[in-house]
Amino acid sequence: MTFRKVVDNFERFFDKNLTDLVRGIRNNKENEAKYIAQCIEEIKEELKQDNAAIKSNAVAKLTYLQMLGYDMSWAAFNIIEVMSSTKFTHKRIGYLAASQCFNENTEVIMLTTNMIKKDLNSQNMYDAGCAMSSLSCFVSTDLSHDLANDIMTLLSSTKPYLRKKAVLLMFKIFLKYPEALKPAFPRLKEKLEDPDPGVQSAAVNVICELARKNPKNYLSLAPIFFKIMGTSTNNWMLIKIIKLFGSLMPIEPRLGKKLLEPLTNIIHSTSAMSLLYECVNTIIAILISISNGLPYYNSSIQLCVQKLRILIEDSDQNLKYLGLLAMSKILKTHPKSVQAHKDLVLACLDDKDESIRLRALDLLYGMVSKKNLMEVVEKLMKNMSESQLGNKYRDELLSKIIDICSQNDYQFIVDFEWYLSVLIDLTRVEGGTSHGTLISQKILDVAIRVESIRKFATNQMAIIIDNSYMFISTSVCEVLYAASWICGEFVEYLPDKQNVLFGLLVKQSLPAHIESIFIHNACKIYSKICEEEKDTEKLKEIANRIIGCLDPFLVSEDLEVQERATNFLQIVKISLEPETTNFASIFYAYPLNPVASIAQQKVPVPQELLIDEPFRDAEEEVEEVNHFIQSFYVKENNEDGYQDHQDYQDQQDQQDQSDQQDSKYKDTKHRQLDRENNPHYLKTNKKRNFNETDVICEPDSAEEAYDFTLKERNKNFIPGLASSEAYAKKSKESRKKSKKSKKPDENQEEEDSQLVTIKGLEMPEGAEIEDPEPIKVKKKVTKKKVKKEKEKEKEKEKGKEKGKEKEKGKEKSKKKKIKQEKAT
Amino acid sequence: MIKAILVFNNYGKPRLTKFYHHYAEDVQQNIIRETFQLVSKRDDSVVCNFLEGGSLIGGSDYRLIYRHYATLYFVFCVDSSESELGILDLIQVFVETLDKCFENVCELDLIFHVDKVHHILNELVMGGMVLETNANEILLRIEEQNKLEKQEAGLSTAPARAVSAVKNMNIPQQIKDMKLPDLPNIGGLKF
Repeated sequence: MTFRKVVDNFERFFDKNLTDLVRGIRNNKENEAKYIAQCIEEIKEELKQDNAAIKSNAVAKLTYLQMLGYDMSWAAFNIIEVMSSTKFTHKRIGYLAASQCFNENTEVIMLTTNMIKKDLNSQNMYDAGCAMSSLSCFVSTDLSHDLANDIMTLLSSTKPYLRKKAVLLMFKIFLKYPEALKPAFPRLKEKLEDPDPGVQSAAVNVICELARKNPKNYLSLAPIFFKIMGTSTNNWMLIKIIKLFGSLMPIEPRLGKKLLEPLTNIIHSTSAMSLLYECVNTIIAILISISNGLPYYNSSIQLCVQKLRILIEDSDQNLKYLGLLAMSKILKTHPKSVQAHKDLVLACLDDKDESIRLRALDLLYGMVSKKNLMEVVEKLMKNMSESQLGNKYRDELLSKIIDICSQNDYQFIVDFEWYLSVLIDLTRVEGGTSHGTLISQKILDVAIRVESIRKFATNQMAIIIDNSYMFISTSVCEVLYAASWICGEFVEYLPDKQNVLFGLLVKQSLPAHIESIFIHNACKIYSKICEEEKDTEKLKEIANRIIGCLDPFLVSEDLEVQERATNFLQIVKISLEPETTNFASIFYAYPLNPVASIAQQKVPVPQELLIDEPFRDAEEEVEEVNHFIQSFYVKENNEDGYQDHQDYQDQQDQQDQSDQQDSKYKDTKHRQLDRENNPHYLKTNKKRNFNETDVICEPDSAEEAYDFTLKERNKNFIPGLASSEAYAKKSKESRKKSKKSKKPDENQEEEDSQLVTIKGLEMPEGAEIEDPEPIKVKKKVTKKKVKKEKEKEKEKEKGKEKGKEKEKGKEKSKKKKIKQEKAT
Repeated sequence: MIKAILVFNNYGKPRLTKFYHHYAEDVQQNIIRETFQLVSKRDDSVVCNFLEGGSLIGGSDYRLIYRHYATLYFVFCVDSSESELGILDLIQVFVETLDKCFENVCELDLIFHVDKVHHILNELVMGGMVLETNANEILLRIEEQNKLEKQEAGLSTAPARAVSAVKNMNIPQQIKDMKLPDLPNIGGLKF
């Protein structure tokens, strides 16, 4: 018998150990799954053996397989067996397996309570150590309840190694069993001043985590932390404490003021970037909380910004990233101090790391002012044309440019011609963009709201229409929508109406919604031509040409295009009749004003209008029908003289059903017929929303990619189309000149003349855009805006009187500009 | 808190996984795969070592902080209570400790001794909280535990050791070492 046992054991020596398993898997790359399945079978065999060494070997192998994604929870009981081994080697394997595979829902962990208790009190410190490490991964409410006292005892162990682990484990226990916190708290507090730095650090760590969940309760510990902060040199712990103060501060504002000085001291003395960064971060948080920025704190802001600059200038990308991140926090409350470092942020836009570039973009948004907007945007535009950018980043950049320019109702824009040319440039960026709709909306917005820009805008848009073939297959074709609309609406500014009219009527492969808007606006232009052109022969010629052009649109697959083309055709035909109607009265009855997108919601609902009530109760209707049918049958019955009541009942039931179905069927048929015959009935299956462009354009081919780098410019150059660069240059020069040559009074005058009125968005009477309902808008902003608008109104009134004077001023400045241009 | 520590190689093969929050095995594998995809597509030389957390692990409060050494990625998934630079330093401490324990650590050490790596990690981080950052203290603890193991091994496991020695002999010239390059030190960050 003993011999057999020995033989058995001997055979087991040739079992695979962990190294063999790993090697085997590496050698069986072709059929790994099969090999592992075979190994698991072997492991199952091995687990049946009595020998602890064999079992622990099997569990070790299972732990490895668990990492590769194989479930090992079936061996939970075997793991506990290995954990309970008397040997440290086996025990450790067991505890490791447990920490990887157990969780608080594992059923068998109830069996571990006594064993863990024994290990916690073991003579061997490492037994307790590895038990605690493992327990921290799978501790459950029951286990916490049963073991809390033992771990609490370990808090005052003589061995720092155990104290340290016990402190951290206590946190896990608090999470599962909050009742343990109260009795343990005094001891935990003691540990904050433990002679061993590791234990102290662990205690700080635990308090920090607790304070994150409920800061109020830990405010009383602030003095102790204050003391540690003054004396400790353990950076890890200092970081934790500083983070802790960050979370305590919002509840106790006085704490912030007290902290400023020691934090500043650390910033000056430390050499560790991580500590410095956390200090700066917390100071920023303090300064934000003390919102009444007293001049006293200016020095701390300066210090922070200065240190952040060092971080951003560092060659380490990590520091750069964090620096920008912290900078954006300061920006919210102290934009001026950040603005001084614009150069740095601009430099980061050229960084190779995309996440750094995005952070820099975030910062730019708050940095622009009237003075530097042009410069900043110019820089961004240059970045746009760099070809190595990813599409996603380019789109992000584009929308940021638009955001930056249009923030606060175009607050920083002095020259709208320049802004418009920027928008046009954006449509021609190499590689295209998915923000075509956004650009188009912005062009429309500017053209409608800034009256003085309309002439320029119309001219530019006419050029775009002329070159519309360049925009066909990119997603920026949306800009054609805006272009045609502006040409049609502000037709009085068009230099060559006929040219644009026929430009719109060239059949190209444009998305349907753009084609239809083209036809519509061609119609508008035509009406203007009719009004102006007195020569009937010429008019006839134009009309006939239009009729010819419309042919392909009349057979368009898209209903909307077809309909609009037919409309236009009829209008042209009417106009050809000897007694033509006055077109101007149709299309130009009154000017279009910009309407706020939320205006419709603000129109008050008339009180007598009951939207929620149905016209007719559905049940009532059914009842009525039943009643009708029934009365019909009763009549019939009387006539035919049914005698058998039962018979009649059956008959009626059957007929009732079939008739009901029949009538239903008839009803629907009837309705369908009605619908088909009714010309006014709108078919719902082809709904089209013109504001939402649902046409997805194919990405452009390489041929149609537009360059506007200077060198290759000539290829895609559209004569006459403004470029933002040119404007920026012009404005720079004019600024220089004006500084040199003009007296301050004149300067003032020129600035006044450049003031452009932006039309407010129209709203129904009595309603304001800023009404908090139903769209929530921040209150602070609203007050300012209302004030602004009131001021604008006042200005308008005044402007009527002063208009003449202003015009004179404008003329003056124009003349000056012309002179300057000539000079240059 | 640290939510997970993952070590995988340049091909996304896991070499060490430690989750301080329970996930089923298949979710764990998905997390590893997702994290690998996020991390591996970044160009080491020019980008920073921080990432927004993936969709599977964490949420807005979580970030991935990683370092790439030769063939291995060391990724820590942490929440906002941890200092970014501090965690980077912790990874450095971890790798330095591995380097001392294995004497010029390479990927093969992690492949064949994943259990030992776990024991080392257990001295650094416990239940998602940083336990010790002092490399000397960690080394001392590990050495003491190794001694315990050796004492226990004694005579009883001699035959087993002999057998494994024989097994090892068969392997021709072992496998080529893939050594990690000298560990770069971050300037000014000393704990």
